[in-house]
Amino acid sequence: MKAKYEPPLIVRHSLAGVNKLGSIPAIRPMSSIDGVRIEELVVAYGSPLFVFSENTLRERVRELRGELGRRFASFDLGWSYKTNYLSAVCRVFHQEGSLAEVVSGMELRKALAAGVAGQQIIFNGPAKTAADLTLAFEKRVQVHIDHLDELALAETVAEGLGIVPEVGIRVSQSDLPVPTWDRFGFHLESGRAIEAARRIVRSGRLGLRSLHGHIGTFIPNPDAYRMAALAMTRFARQIESELGARITTIDLGGGFASHNTLHAQYLPGEEATPSFSEYVEAIASGLEEGLDGAETPRLVLETGRALVDDAGVLVATVLGNKRLADKRRAVIVDAGVNILPTAWWYRHDVRPAQEILGTAEPTVFFGPLCMAIDVVRDRVMFPPLRVGDRVVIRHVGAYNVTQWMQFISERPNVVMVSPKGQHAIIRKAETLETLLLQEQMPAWL
Amino acid sequence: MDPESTRLRDLALSDTGFVFDPLTGHTFTVNLTGQLALRCLKDGLSPEATARRLTEEFESDKNTDPVRDVQDFVLQLRDCGLLE
Repeated sequence: MKAKYEPPLIVRHSLAGVNKLGSIPAIRPMSSIDGVRIEELVVAYGSPLFVFSENTLRERVRELRGELGRRFASFDLGWSYKTNYLSAVCRVFHQEGSLAEVVSGMELRKALAAGVAGQQIIFNGPAKTAADLTLAFEKRVQVHIDHLDELALAETVAEGLGIVPEVGIRVSQSDLPVPTWDRFGFHLESGRAIEAARRIVRSGRLGLRSLHGHIGTFIPNPDAYRMAALAMTRFARQIESELGARITTIDLGGGFASHNTLHAQYLPGEEATPSFSEYVEAIASGLEEGLDGAETPRLVLETGRALVDDAGVLVATVLGNKRLADKRRAVIVDAGVNILPTAWWYRHDVRPAQEILGTAEPTVFFGPLCMAIDVVRDRVMFPPLRVGDRVVIRHVGAYNVTQWMQFISERPNVVMVSPKGQHAIIRKAETLETLLLQEQMPAWL
Repeated sequence: MDPESTRLRDLALSDTGFVFDPLTGHTFTVNLTGQLALRCLKDGLSPEATARRLTEEFESDKNTDPVRDVQDFVLQLRDCGLLE
């Protein structure tokens, strides 16, 4: 029997692919999602194609809830809308008991339109308008105040409505083993946070009930959360002892790392990322130390990326091959950074969607844009691909379908696969008409 | 390409696809089709004749283009410093 043909290839031996931890991992195909063949999905819905696994969404959020439930009597998860606000994805999280965590008026209105009760919505973000705050207070949304001008605006709005809404303040911290994120909220160590608390309590026009902190994003160090929880708990006790206001909720925001691998990261994310158990244990430890026997407040987390990233893949089709000046094989696929902005942050895991034969060699994946920055994956050992082959880009569930750009082409279909193998579109592909619908021609042209 | 290239002729090629260049000491790996292509080119066959041999010896389908692939292989040999 004849061996299958593959393009002839010669590879010079070098030590570049070997490190102290071993050899380059083999590329394993990913040909199905929850039992549904990827080729079947592409035939039905086109390429490129985002596919979300309902099963993985539920598994991830249940795992985190399980870890929290083992350590906290009272907790909530707020689904981070900005990470992925497709209605079907939000519905899965709400069905699993998550609140909505929104950061803009649009997201607030989207959550309300989806039927989420105001009390089940947390409103963060640094740019709330009077209209946003009016709607939020009328619906009894949990508002977290970001800065003094917003605090003044919130007081004015509340007074106009004739109510005293319960709010929280956003608190930033410096004394953590992560880069300081001080653009959100009132800074703790410099005394601005306690000044904001004093102003709220003394004016009496708002009720201070919660503290919110968001220490950063993609934080692979659970100890940062222990330290943040400790500092926030001590701050809550300071407010209680000095101002007599009881802080009933401590919200530590999001920022847990997903299983992606940052460009500058050494170990792959699937090995380096802490488990939910490690993060939650660190938070519990910090809270316990800070409370020192006092009553435990309700804990809220707004984990987004770590819950949704693993549930989404982007399927793309090979359009062509070429060889670059530095000898790398280049593969052009039909999905670019306009729909995959996270390619700028991550070395995304790219897999073939079918068994492919042949010798792996350094390969770069380019998207279809006529722009040098359109690099989907800059260097990965990959077997030869042919025109029409499918590749699967993994861990793309977070931020892509909210931050994607409508640039030189229509955005593609997004589908969801159910645990029973059903599949359906959850966001329709755009058409030229979608674009033209938004445009208008001035009368003088 | 000069089919009589001494550089190619002097390469040591094992049955497992291991290639040794005695001039530089560099070593290489060729895949199965690369082994046959390299043997053909060492023997002085043209790229077109080499592509025909590949078609005869391997199971291919309508999507394969051995002529283009052998042309690319010759460029790879040049990239590796094995051809002028």
